[in-house]
Amino acid sequence: MLLLALFAGLIYTLPNLFGEAPAVQVSSGRSTVKVDSSIATRVEEALAAAGLKADFVQLEAASVKARFHDTDAQIKAKDAISKALNPDPADASYIVALNLLSRSPHWLMAVNALPMSLGLDLRGGVHFLMQVDMQSALTKKAESLAGDVRLLLRDKNLRHAGISRDGENLTVRFKDRETLMATRKLLEDELPDLNWTESDDGAEIKLSGALKPIAAKRVQEAAVKQNITTLHNRVNELGVSEPVIQQQGVDRVVVQLPGVQDTAKAKDIIGRTATLEVRMVDESVEASAAATGNGPVPLGSERYTERGSRPLIVKRQVILTGENLTDAQTGFDSQSQEPSVNLTLDAKGARIFKDVTRENIGKRMAILLFEKGKGEVVTAPVIRGEIGGGRVQISGRMSSNEAADTALLLRSGSLAAPMEIIEERTIGPSLGADNIAKGFDSVLYGFAAIAVFMCAYYMLVGAISTLALAFNLLLLVSVLSMLQASLTLPGMAAIALTLGMAIDANVLINERVREELRNGSSPQSAIHNGYERAFTTILDSNVTTLIAGLSLLAFGSGPVRGFAVVHCLGILTSMFSAVVFSRGLVNLWYGRQKKLKGVSIGQVWTPAPSPKN
Amino acid sequence: MEFFRIQRDIPFMRNALVLNAISALTFLAAVFFIATRGLHFSIEFTGGTVIEVAYAQPADINRVRATVESLGMGEVQVQNFGTSHDVLIRLPLREDVKQADVVVRVFSELCKAEGSTVSTQQIKSEKGSEASAQVCGEVGAESVRLQRSEFVGPSVGSELARDGALALAVTIAGIMIYLALRFEWKFSVAGIIANLHDVIIIVGFFAFFQWEFSLSVLAAVLAVLGYSVNESVVIFDRIREAFRKYRKLTTMQVIDHAITSTISRTIITHGCTLMMVISMLIFGGPTLHYFAVALTIGILFGVYSSVFVAAAIAMWLGVKREDLMRASSKDIDPDDPNAGAVV
Repeated sequence: MLLLALFAGLIYTLPNLFGEAPAVQVSSGRSTVKVDSSIATRVEEALAAAGLKADFVQLEAASVKARFHDTDAQIKAKDAISKALNPDPADASYIVALNLLSRSPHWLMAVNALPMSLGLDLRGGVHFLMQVDMQSALTKKAESLAGDVRLLLRDKNLRHAGISRDGENLTVRFKDRETLMATRKLLEDELPDLNWTESDDGAEIKLSGALKPIAAKRVQEAAVKQNITTLHNRVNELGVSEPVIQQQGVDRVVVQLPGVQDTAKAKDIIGRTATLEVRMVDESVEASAAATGNGPVPLGSERYTERGSRPLIVKRQVILTGENLTDAQTGFDSQSQEPSVNLTLDAKGARIFKDVTRENIGKRMAILLFEKGKGEVVTAPVIRGEIGGGRVQISGRMSSNEAADTALLLRSGSLAAPMEIIEERTIGPSLGADNIAKGFDSVLYGFAAIAVFMCAYYMLVGAISTLALAFNLLLLVSVLSMLQASLTLPGMAAIALTLGMAIDANVLINERVREELRNGSSPQSAIHNGYERAFTTILDSNVTTLIAGLSLLAFGSGPVRGFAVVHCLGILTSMFSAVVFSRGLVNLWYGRQKKLKGVSIGQVWTPAPSPKN
Repeated sequence: MEFFRIQRDIPFMRNALVLNAISALTFLAAVFFIATRGLHFSIEFTGGTVIEVAYAQPADINRVRATVESLGMGEVQVQNFGTSHDVLIRLPLREDVKQADVVVRVFSELCKAEGSTVSTQQIKSEKGSEASAQVCGEVGAESVRLQRSEFVGPSVGSELARDGALALAVTIAGIMIYLALRFEWKFSVAGIIANLHDVIIIVGFFAFFQWEFSLSVLAAVLAVLGYSVNESVVIFDRIREAFRKYRKLTTMQVIDHAITSTISRTIITHGCTLMMVISMLIFGGPTLHYFAVALTIGILFGVYSSVFVAAAIAMWLGVKREDLMRASSKDIDPDDPNAGAVV
């Protein structure tokens, strides 16, 4: 078991020793553009054409990464790839950035052995904590529900004395009880997300509606998830390797961008909104001529490109915007079983849509996504019939992947709720490298000092203890690499501290063995008893330190959390290495000799005979 | 090599009153300082903005302070940080100014004071990564460089403070429960009082010298608490074993024996940990400085409190052989060959 642990430890620690090599990273520059394996092939072709050789070209998450041997090759490669992928530099579909990648060989990566994930204070970069404005998400939902109520009542001819919204609550006033009861029944059937209560304050009878807690929670969760997805897309544009975008708690999002130094640019890109517009396609003769390039774009229309780079001439008039789109999901066409995109419009949008579709059967409608002032056509389906009720299905000529992408894009066009930055941290790269050096030095010198002392005081057994400590360090680093836990500067301090505390176990054992020898036990039994008796105490004492570490883990955040993680892991590895490893080594060295004459544990001083009771 | 040539049990407990009096005095002094001077909290707890800049020349603190104060952002703190080139600027929270712009404004002011302007440029490292950044002057010949900036909003600050306090409370509760289960309630109380004494002393030092109390310092304090209780556990274990082995000794003598037999291990372990912490103090740089200081104080005082104070308080609470014997006889499982094993 020991050898297995040792071997695993070595394998997983190795990537850390390799350092970093220059690399080029290709990511998408627009929401509508996706990076996949075809791009990877194009990159390879571009490199081959330029006569450059990459260590490897790989598709990872949402970007293609190519690693090179030196910075010269890297810069030449960047130029070659940019020219190949972005024929028009002003309208870049792809972002080609210079980055660093670990230099570890491929076979290590195949086993998932990666170097430790460095926290921002060791790597340099930017950290944002953003808070989603839940209030406005709920208010938006209440507003759209008010519209729905209004529409429903009008359709069923139920007269009311006014619908108003107060914050997140809706109030419908009535003139008589029967209407109220009928309305209540209708609303409970049609809008199950609301809880309705009657109230009668003499002058008028009211029906008050409030979102059910479950529904409210759903709105909040959807808002956060929507924002996270939108952030992902935008962060990709920065060409950052390994960005971190995570939900923290109920309504917060953590964004960490290693290597980014320009907070202004980062904030600009993250805060940007993308807007969605629905317009009619211009199908006149002049338009088709313009589309093929044979004529000018007619007045009142604009030219956009569809995904697949086909131009499309679209009328200028905006029919609907992203505000009217409440949801977009993938589904299946009930008749043809084809993948489809299902849109949900709010009441106002539904009514407009119904009118437009009724008047334009057979014509094409375009849905456009605008980013940075430039628009692109997401999808341009043909209107087959009048569509009321606000539920629209777009299907045909789409694979399920394309349907998923389209739904994603349509959702990202409408930011669910505004976000605000409540915490921000930037670390310069030189400071980051500095911090690594400092952390490393402290661990190194402390370890050296302890090693010298242990060997001098306890001789061979001391040397074994030092080896156990080294094994502990190895195990800790490999576990951290395996878990890809983020290492921060306090985390490195935790490594130093854990090593300092870990030596305690070995000292306990050694002192106990000395005491046994002092009392006259034979060397073999001294060793045996030393380890026996020490074990429960080691267990006990480590548990209390573990309690402190666990509570820090539970309540800590940011760099302190890095400290807590390393601390707890360190305690576990130190327990393992102290007991199992050093016992194993000692047994290996001394166990074979049946009649052990002495244990090289340094001087065992026996006191003069004293009265003992 | 053997440092601890001890002929017989040192009668520590005879001087229990003196030992405890010393620790009570230091405890009261610490509480006094915490109450009167208060702690100098970092922005993690109070909220605010911290900017760290590095000058090419040794920085003129007064000029930097004047420049920042001219922006009218409230009470600013400007001080050296680490070397004479590094300056740390701390700005309080303000309702009206959007915090996100504060860093940019301060940096441009500082840059202007040095006679250059801030512009966005590409920085390339030798290893081959590229990033765009706000640079004052030309890359490589910057008069002032932005090393690090941190902004904590008010809600986050108060949350971190609350989480920190919770972490402390949970740790204390957890340790008390554990000690009570493992030994006996008197030991649990004694252990916690002695080790809280450590914590208060560390905090007292920080209050007295007005060192910056940040989240990492709190983490160090909690780590020290866990570590100190370690010590007490080892002593308590020995006391239990001694009670069992030496039936003719009084409580006081048993405790003396326990402490004497473990003193060698206590001093050596603390010495080793101290070596590591001092290496952190020397090599760790300014960011880890107060963290290492908290650890050092904690470990030094920890020996004192865990060894002497804990046992003495247990003695005063009236711990007897029967307390431990009863507890352990309940635990012993007849089939367990290691039953009752202690160090």
